[in-house]
Amino acid sequence: MKPAPFTYHAPTTLAEALDALDRVGEDGKVLAGGQSLIPMLNMRLASPAHLVDINGVAGLGTVDVDATGVRIGALARHAQVAGHDAAHSVVPLLRQALQLVAHPVIRNRGTTVGSLAHADPSGEMTAVLSLLGGSMDLARKGAARTVPAAEFFVGPLESCLEPGEMAVSAWFPVPPPRTGTTFREVARRHGDYAMCGVAAAVTLDADQRVLSARTSYISMTATPLVLDLTEAVAGKPFDAADWAAAGQLSADQLDPEPDIHATADYRRHLGVVLTRQALTDAATVAAAQPQGATR
Amino acid sequence: MTTKQFGAPVQRTEDVRLLKGNGRYLDDLGQDALAAAFVRSPHAHARIVDIDVTDALEVEGLVAIYTHEDLPGRVGEPLPLLIPHPAIVAGRTGYALAKDRVNHVGEPIVMVVASDRYVAEDVCGRITVTYEVLPPVVGVETARDAKHLVHEDVAGNVAGHLVQEVGDAPAAVDSAPHTLELDLKVERSACIPMEGRGVYARWDADDESLRIYTSTQTTTGVRAAVATKLDLPLNRVECIAPDVGGGFGVKIMHPWPEEVLVPWAARLLDREIKWTEDRREHFVSSAHERGQVQKVRVGFDDEGRVLGLDVKIWHDNGAYVPYGLIVPIITSTQLLGPYKPGAYKVEFWSLYTNTVIVTPYRGAGRPQGVYAMERTMDAIADYLGKDRVAVREANFIQPDEMPYDHHMIFQDGRPLIYDSGDFPGSMDKLKALVGWQDFEDYREQARAEGRRVGIGVACYVEGTGVGPYEGGHVVVESTGKVVVSTGLTSQGQGHETVFAQIVADELGVPLEDIKVTTGDTRKMGYSVGTFASRAAVMSGNAIGIAARNVRTKALRIAGEALEVDPGDLEIVDGIVRVKGSPTSSMPLGTVAVLSNPLRYAFDTASQAATQFVVGDPDKPPVAEDDEPGLEDRDFYSPAQSTYANGMHAVIVETDPETAEIKILRYCVVHDCGNIINPMIVEGQIHGGVAQGVGGALYERMEYDENGQLLNASFMDFLMPYVTEVPDRIEIDHLETPSPLNPLGIKGAGEAGVIPSAAVFASAIEDAEGFTITSMPISPSELYALRQRFAAGEIPALRGRSATASTATTPTPVTEATTR
Ligand SMILES: Cc1cc2nc3c(=O)[nH]c(=O)nc-3n(C[C@H](O)[C@H](O)[C@H](O)COP(=O)(O)OP(=O)(O)OC[C@H]3O[C@@H](n4cnc5c(N)ncnc54)[C@H](O)[C@@H]3O)c2cc1C
Repeated sequence: MKPAPFTYHAPTTLAEALDALDRVGEDGKVLAGGQSLIPMLNMRLASPAHLVDINGVAGLGTVDVDATGVRIGALARHAQVAGHDAAHSVVPLLRQALQLVAHPVIRNRGTTVGSLAHADPSGEMTAVLSLLGGSMDLARKGAARTVPAAEFFVGPLESCLEPGEMAVSAWFPVPPPRTGTTFREVARRHGDYAMCGVAAAVTLDADQRVLSARTSYISMTATPLVLDLTEAVAGKPFDAADWAAAGQLSADQLDPEPDIHATADYRRHLGVVLTRQALTDAATVAAAQPQGATR
Repeated sequence: MTTKQFGAPVQRTEDVRLLKGNGRYLDDLGQDALAAAFVRSPHAHARIVDIDVTDALEVEGLVAIYTHEDLPGRVGEPLPLLIPHPAIVAGRTGYALAKDRVNHVGEPIVMVVASDRYVAEDVCGRITVTYEVLPPVVGVETARDAKHLVHEDVAGNVAGHLVQEVGDAPAAVDSAPHTLELDLKVERSACIPMEGRGVYARWDADDESLRIYTSTQTTTGVRAAVATKLDLPLNRVECIAPDVGGGFGVKIMHPWPEEVLVPWAARLLDREIKWTEDRREHFVSSAHERGQVQKVRVGFDDEGRVLGLDVKIWHDNGAYVPYGLIVPIITSTQLLGPYKPGAYKVEFWSLYTNTVIVTPYRGAGRPQGVYAMERTMDAIADYLGKDRVAVREANFIQPDEMPYDHHMIFQDGRPLIYDSGDFPGSMDKLKALVGWQDFEDYREQARAEGRRVGIGVACYVEGTGVGPYEGGHVVVESTGKVVVSTGLTSQGQGHETVFAQIVADELGVPLEDIKVTTGDTRKMGYSVGTFASRAAVMSGNAIGIAARNVRTKALRIAGEALEVDPGDLEIVDGIVRVKGSPTSSMPLGTVAVLSNPLRYAFDTASQAATQFVVGDPDKPPVAEDDEPGLEDRDFYSPAQSTYANGMHAVIVETDPETAEIKILRYCVVHDCGNIINPMIVEGQIHGGVAQGVGGALYERMEYDENGQLLNASFMDFLMPYVTEVPDRIEIDHLETPSPLNPLGIKGAGEAGVIPSAAVFASAIEDAEGFTITSMPISPSELYALRQRFAAGEIPALRGRSATASTATTPTPVTEATTR
């Protein structure tokens, strides 16, 4: 359990980092919090010839909040984001989800952008970015682009990041007014990757009737799946809506794979149950908001 | 009087050192040593066609590459079969490095020695082994079918077969008023100590001697095994266990291939070499346990009394049987627990599979035996519609029947005779502790809240303190400090503390003046090792005897010096003094000085001991039957094991929707005889229960049909975190002293883990209303069982009304006949 030899790069500016990545191209990997990459290196599941360690790069550890959303820099740690009160007040789903990511020690090192770049379909933040319709800011030497969540995730552990490119930040927009969100999951042990997890967002109208009910899932699909389940509950008062029907509606669209911890059947069952629970909770949160409030 | 230490909840003296980070574990040693790494088989079953190292030779820092061909003499012969037993039909052991064939994923094939572990692994990555893959045998059923064989020459894959029989059990079952049949299954798990294995060896060419440090549970065993393999005189080999980060049984197995190869190469190269096992290696190349398939036939009367018990066990022993048949022998004998069936027959087959070897893991076969027995008790209760505790009580051996002879042979080759215990008394305590009588009210209340709860109970008896012997060496130094050593090893149990407590009481010295060393052959060459909850019983008593002898000698010498009868002396706080006249006294250290007549004085204290000052000029300075020094070495060797026991109860809640299983309460009643240190006993129980929770609800070895272990990492092998273990484990003790040893103690190390699979199965079954026959159980599996139950594929319990509203009409647990 020792990594294969690699060349180590320790840039201190973004320009240096992009320069290094450009030079090493296919053979390079960004090292952020290392919580996913280091185990893969140790087990020799990955053996890049070059590691570009961005931990020394100035200016990447930012969490910027305004009325439209939260922009999270590449070096902001999970713990930092989860503890950010201003971010929480505009996009509560961040903290709701981050509490379920791993354990405190891992959240102290692991980065939120790193977990998105890692594109593990079991990672909570992939569902959050997808549900909120956020985007990733990517950069390479001499160029930058912004990619919406729906295009960013390409496959399990696969994003549209190209050789020489890195993720500089992630953008999480504020949901529409009178929206409530929640994250529910079932994991084998506290802090494990979930067997199934559901992020839910319910938006109500001024009369507390359901305008929209949407969910996204982890550990259920190869890339984050966002479902619009509004048709099961549209126009219903939030507390009289048939959330179970919304859960049932999700069933046909969930086609999970089995693994050693859960059969496909059980996973789908969890999907249906958690969809109902998450939507019910999200609706309650939405209804409890002062009229006209955002979240 | 100095306060009595025996029985006091003394804090562990070793913890200050360990918690400050001053522990010295195997990998903390030998910082300049060369590193070893191994190429291990990626296949469960294969013939080795070719090993090509050409590509590896150019790696800078490479020192040596060895394959089986390079191993001379005994090093290249099969590893020893440590515990021969007449029931072994075909005993096979592996080689230090595989010769021609590999029989499990992880088996070592090539050893690489290099400047450091990084380089050694780079080299391993460049060695190409060509295999001819053979059909693998994975799992008990496949092994039993024997369509393919693990070892070509071992028919039916049977390594061992044993029948023990008391009375005519099959006949007793057939003629009983009621009979039931149960098919049961337990999955594999493993010890998984925090620190894996590791060995560091250095050869002293000038002295022609070898020193081995190894993370082991037996240094004397490793020393003897390596000396034999390397053809060295025993007194040229020293073996030391540094701090060891947990063992739980896996480190009693020896010699591991690496324990032979690292010392061999260190001597050959005349270089220090170290190998530290990594986690993946631990999963695929150390040892596992637990996997069994069982068939129980039981006949009983209207009260639930067992008239006949006929059990068949198929035990998965993995690819080889270096540790013999200890695990299934323990299962088959300890299955009886606190009960006395009218007649008992147990037959087991120990089967080869192309998987990691199976050697004892904390509990060592007992969890499986207890599982079979307790599942049976629950099935009887359900069948008769009786209280589960009442059925157990109807079968208990009574206190006035002690000692109770089962007329069977235990794992130590000695008769299975329980020496002590009060099972009805223990059960009364457990019922009170968990509130057994009130549970139905709680269930109703929970049901009204839409919650599903269940309670389970399980009992066990554990043979502890198996022989043959252990020794204790106690020396009082001239400073008054006491140095104690025993040969068995420590892996975190708190031996330094409890052994010191025993000595403190005998010698009247404060705990902080006592230093205990374990597992160092330089200090104690005669020892067996740490396993079978034997350390306190064996070394505790040996040290107690040695300390008492030292006390006798101290009082004699002090009596002579103070000119009083030794019987009038006492030792308090390290001072020997005349009872009732404390001014007439001398420190124990002075007695130590006087005990060793000197020719040369080197300080003022020793002046008092020169031959010109002490002793009767007409007598030899050291009497004929005496030895110099205030010290003694003695041994304790019991005729048989001493039997501890306990009973656990758990209350679980199962989520009606997600099938998650939550532990609401966990209660333990425990009887390990006289308790040396209740805090340490409770710590052992806590740790055992935590491992038991793992074994019942989380852990398993997920082998696929090709013999690949799919969860060989901490990501997928689900050891419980602290968040999965109950916050509080409620414990009550019953102390029925063992009549077999001077201290009246019984072992406590394994207890916590033994009844877990049984007690959780009992509680989950109670919550769900259908039988649980396979453990461990995950939410996904519980969900699948619910689906099958709802579809009428598995029967409901009949005795208790099923909790699930979907309960189908009650049908017998299994095929049953009533006469
Ligand atoms: C025991 C354990 C449990 C865990 N449980 C969970 C969990 O429940 N949920 C969860 O979501 N995660 C979990 N994680 C993963 C954790 O969240 C990681 O921190 C995260 O997945 C990766 O972030 P990182 O900063 O550590 O990235 P690294 O490990 O440094 O990198 C991961 C990958 O992303 C790439 N990368 C990282 N940053 C960038 C960037 N800025 N631009 C381009 N590529 C980049 C790397 O090259 C690498 O391929 C767990 C980890 C552990 C060790």
